[in-house]
Amino acid sequence: MDVLSDGIVHSDRLSKIFKVGFWGRRVTAVDGVSLEVRRGEVFGFLGPNGAGKTTTIKMLMGLIYPSGGTATLFGRPIGDPSGKAKVGFLPESPYFYDYLTSREFLRFYGHLFGLVGSVLDKRIDELLELVRMTHARDLQLRKFSKGMLQRIGIAQALINDPELVILDEPMSGLDPIGRKEVRDLILRLKESGKTVMFSSHILHDAELLCDRVAMIMKGRLVACGHVSELIAGDTTHEVEMVIDRLLPEALERIKPLAGRIVLQGERIMVVLSSQQAVDQALDVIRSAKAKLVALTPHKASLEDLFIRKATGAQQPVEAQV
Amino acid sequence: MKVLSIAFNTFRENLRDKLLYNLLIFALLMIGSSLVLMRLTLGEFHRLILDIGLGSINFFGVLIAIFVGIGLVSKEIEKKTIYTIVSKPVARYQFLLGKYLGLSLTLVINTAIMAAGLLAVLYFQDVPIHAVLFKALGMIVLEFMVVTAVALLFSTFSSATLSAIFTLAMYVIGHLTTDLKAFGQKMEGVGRSVLEGMYYLLPNLDRFNLKGNVTHQLDVPVGDLLMIAAYGMAYTAFLLMLASVIFQRRDFR
Repeated sequence: MDVLSDGIVHSDRLSKIFKVGFWGRRVTAVDGVSLEVRRGEVFGFLGPNGAGKTTTIKMLMGLIYPSGGTATLFGRPIGDPSGKAKVGFLPESPYFYDYLTSREFLRFYGHLFGLVGSVLDKRIDELLELVRMTHARDLQLRKFSKGMLQRIGIAQALINDPELVILDEPMSGLDPIGRKEVRDLILRLKESGKTVMFSSHILHDAELLCDRVAMIMKGRLVACGHVSELIAGDTTHEVEMVIDRLLPEALERIKPLAGRIVLQGERIMVVLSSQQAVDQALDVIRSAKAKLVALTPHKASLEDLFIRKATGAQQPVEAQV
Repeated sequence: MKVLSIAFNTFRENLRDKLLYNLLIFALLMIGSSLVLMRLTLGEFHRLILDIGLGSINFFGVLIAIFVGIGLVSKEIEKKTIYTIVSKPVARYQFLLGKYLGLSLTLVINTAIMAAGLLAVLYFQDVPIHAVLFKALGMIVLEFMVVTAVALLFSTFSSATLSAIFTLAMYVIGHLTTDLKAFGQKMEGVGRSVLEGMYYLLPNLDRFNLKGNVTHQLDVPVGDLLMIAAYGMAYTAFLLMLASVIFQRRDFR
């Protein structure tokens, strides 16, 4: 597959320097970010608070002008209306026109794309159905809960039936039910053939949803690729063993194999970091007639990678600009 | 189409704003109060009603133009609602123009309601209504247009509070520019050029004031009206273009 023709978001060394305060102190918010989002994938843009996720997304949406580098949406330079026409965008913790009802709200955004009449009415009904907000169609947005606002915000982002949906922190501030609803929505979008790019600092969500992720720390991209590759190439596989009735001399034989040993009365917890060590430890346990209570493989996760990268980058440093 | 949607949305926002109704009720009360004041005055009843009526329409309209106008853009940025607009295929100048037209529509309708109140008072008091009254109302609306554009310009680059102060200052100076020029003529050298420069640069809002003509029943020739209207529209266009240029370069953080 031709990767180039498949990329719908391209950024090439995208940078943003803000001048803050009275003296115009220069703060680099985004530093040479090059990434690509491919057609049909769910792309996670991860990083701690203040790492530059929102700034990068705002540059892609034409809300902020880059200080350096270039980017394109559907091959058009950022800010170009024909590129924007194929994109749906949900800003971070969105505030909407709270004096509007759901329907008025969606109708307004539909007009901005030149949609009118029965086509628009039909689209609005579909979207309200999709985000499960049909019951609140004539309710003013000021009466909405945070989860409802997020859902109507997603509906707003989909009004033009976009090919690419960019969501900035769609899960933040939501309760577990709200988060699950947003996750389900993202999966439904993917099923219907849309490309989704979303930013998050909730790694669990990203791991469940994303085909590929990029990690940004202090404005720099520190990792980018398929979730499985990033995890596999990076983490050691640890196994945790819990043993009962282990005699002291058997414990002495296990000690050299273990990375860590925790004694809890009769019970011993041992952390082993290779398959060979696991096999040897099992032999010792069998020969000593001890009882193996539990054997838990520690699955490597994005979180391990994230924390290691964050320690390397000494995040968090700058407050969010 | 996009501009009109934004304009109607702004108009709807204004309609659901309580401030507007408070000001409108106050204006109507003021106009009505001339009936009470009339009993305390000797003679010149007609002039008193017209004076208070037109003054109230002008005063409350300007208040709406300034205090709603300064929020047109800064509130959108503060509440981050602008993110959802600018990320759509809408040019930034279209957004500004839409906001401007929306508030203008609000002001026109407001003025019409206040004017209806004034006409009712005049009718019941048997005050003769002359054409110059309508010309004066037209010019008042034109002044609102200019003041709204000033407020919009300031709100594209400063906070709501600063915009309010700047716009109020411009409004006051705008009514005193003739004095600026007269003062300048008494000076020499740099001071004179500076004051004369200001005279030509700042909006001459007193040109839109025909209240004296109404109370003294002096008609204004159509040619003069057209000149004033052309001046008001040209000045508004200039302000809106300047606002667009500034707005185009802004980062929305």
